[in-house]
Amino acid sequence: MIVQALSFYVFAAVLIVSGVLVVANRNPVYSVLFLILTFFNAAGLFVLLGAEFLAMMLVVVYVGAVAVLFLFVVMMLDINFAELRQGFVRYAGIGAVVGIVLVAEIIFVVSSGAMSPAAGALGGSPMPAGVTNTEALGNILYTDYFYLFQAAGVVLLIAMIGAIVLTHREREGVRRQRIAAQLARDRRSVEIKKVPTGTGI
Amino acid sequence: MVDFWSSYAWPTVIILIQILAIVLPLLLAVAYLTYAERKVMAAMQMRRGPNVVGWWGLLQPIADGLKLMFKETIIPSGASRIPFLVAPMITFTLSLIAWAAIPFGEGIVIADLNVGILYLFAISSLGVYGVVVAGWASNSKYPFLGALRSAAQMVSYEVSIGFVLVTVLLCVGSLNLSDVVRAQQSIWFVVPLLPMAVIFFISALAETNRPPFDLPEAESELVAGYFSEYSAMTFALFFLGEYANIWLMSAMTSLLFLGGWLPIFGWEPFADGSVGQIIWHGLWFAAKIGFVAFCFLWVRATFPRYRYDQLMRLGWKVFLPVSLAAVVVTSGVLVFFDLLPNK
Repeated sequence: MIVQALSFYVFAAVLIVSGVLVVANRNPVYSVLFLILTFFNAAGLFVLLGAEFLAMMLVVVYVGAVAVLFLFVVMMLDINFAELRQGFVRYAGIGAVVGIVLVAEIIFVVSSGAMSPAAGALGGSPMPAGVTNTEALGNILYTDYFYLFQAAGVVLLIAMIGAIVLTHREREGVRRQRIAAQLARDRRSVEIKKVPTGTGI
Repeated sequence: MVDFWSSYAWPTVIILIQILAIVLPLLLAVAYLTYAERKVMAAMQMRRGPNVVGWWGLLQPIADGLKLMFKETIIPSGASRIPFLVAPMITFTLSLIAWAAIPFGEGIVIADLNVGILYLFAISSLGVYGVVVAGWASNSKYPFLGALRSAAQMVSYEVSIGFVLVTVLLCVGSLNLSDVVRAQQSIWFVVPLLPMAVIFFISALAETNRPPFDLPEAESELVAGYFSEYSAMTFALFFLGEYANIWLMSAMTSLLFLGGWLPIFGWEPFADGSVGQIIWHGLWFAAKIGFVAFCFLWVRATFPRYRYDQLMRLGWKVFLPVSLAAVVVTSGVLVFFDLLPNK
C-alpha cells in the first residue's frame, strides 16, 4: 500500500505544480509542455484508480493529438507577452468567478453522495466483477447511454463541418494536382511531334 | 524487515533484471540494425557496404558508437538548453518503454497489460514530442521546419493506424497483446486482413519517419531536419531511438498480423510449456520481426521520397477513408456471419 500511496502523492504533487506552471509561465511553449506533463500525471492517477482504459485514452487523445496541435500552433505564433500581461487585472475578476463556480460544482458532485445516499448510488456505476474496465465502459456507453453517445458524435460532426465551412475559401487560379486525371492519361492523350534540330515547334 | 524484503525489494530486483534482459539485447539489435541497413542497401545497390572494421565489417556499429561517445556535445548559443537536452532523451526513452508490454512468448512479458495495444499506440503517438521539442529548442530554421513537418505527418498517420488497430481488435475481442496472438492460432490476421496489414505497414513507415516518408529529415532540403544542430551523444540518442522504433513497429506488425510467437501451420515440435517450446516461439517471433525490419530497409532502397502534399493526401484522402470503411465492413462481416469473439 505504501508504494501506491507514495505514487499517488508524487503524481498529484507534480500534477498540481505543473498545472500552476502552465498558467504562471512566461513562455507559451513551456506552458504547453507543462500542460502535457499535467495530462501525463492525470493519466498516472487514472492508472492508480484502476481505470487503465481512461488513462490510455487520455494519453492517446490529449497528449498524442490535441497537445501536439497546441504545440504546433503555439510554436508558430509570434506573441507579445507584455501585451498579454496587461489584461491580467482586467480579467482577474472574471477568472476568479469561473474558478469559484468550477470548484463549487466539483464539491457539489463529490459530496452529493454524502448528502443523499440514493443519488450517490445512482451517480456511480461500480465496475462489475470479472470484466475489464474497457468492457464495462463499452457496455454502459453503447447500451444505457447509446442515444446520448450518438448525439455527442453528431455535435462533434457539426462542429467539424462548421470549422471547415468557416475557414475554407475557394481561391481562383490555383493549379492543383489531379491524380485521377494523371493516371487516366494514356498514349493517345499525348501528341508526339518530331522536332527538327535548331528550329523549334 | 522480512516483509519489506519479500514484498518490495525482491520484486524490484526481479523487474530490474527483466528490464535489463530486454534492453541490453534490444540495444545490441539496434546497433546491428544500422549495420544490417548498410549491408542490405549495399547489396541492393551492388556495393560492398562496411567491410573494414572487424570480420565483414561486423564491428562497424561498435566503432561508430565509440566515435559518437567521445565527440564533443555542442549546444548552440541560441538554443533553449533544457528542452534541447531533454528532447533526445524523450525520443530514446519512449522507444524503450514500449517494450514492457510486448509478449515474447506465452506469458513471457514484463507487464501483461489489459490495454496493451492502447499502451503501444499511446507510446508511439508520443514519439512526436522528441522531434518537435528538438526542432523548437534548436532555435534554427531547418530543424524547425523539420519539426513542423514531423508533427503534421505523425498526427495524420496515427489516425489510420488507430482504425487499423480497431479492425484487429474487432477480430480479437480484447486489448491484451497476448490475447491478440492467441486469437491468431487458427489463422494469422495477415490473411483475412491483408489490406489493413499493408496500410499498417505503410503508416508505420510514416510514423517512424522512414523513407519514403522521411520528409522531417530530408537531407536534400533540410540538412538533417530536426536534429541538424545535434552532435555526439545527443545525436546518438536520436539515432538509437529511431532504430529502436523500427524494431518496435516491426514487433507490433508481427504481433498484430503475423501471429506473434506462433509458428507457421501450428508446427510445434516441443511439448507444451517446455523450455524448448519457449525458445522455439521466441525464435519465430524474432524471425518475423527480422523480416518486417528487412522490409523497412528494402523500402528505403527501393522508393524515392514523397512530396509533402502527396504524403498528406495519402494519409487523409486514401488511408483514412479506406481504413474507416474497413472498420465498418469488418464489423459488418463479423456480425453477419456470427463470428464476433465476445458474445
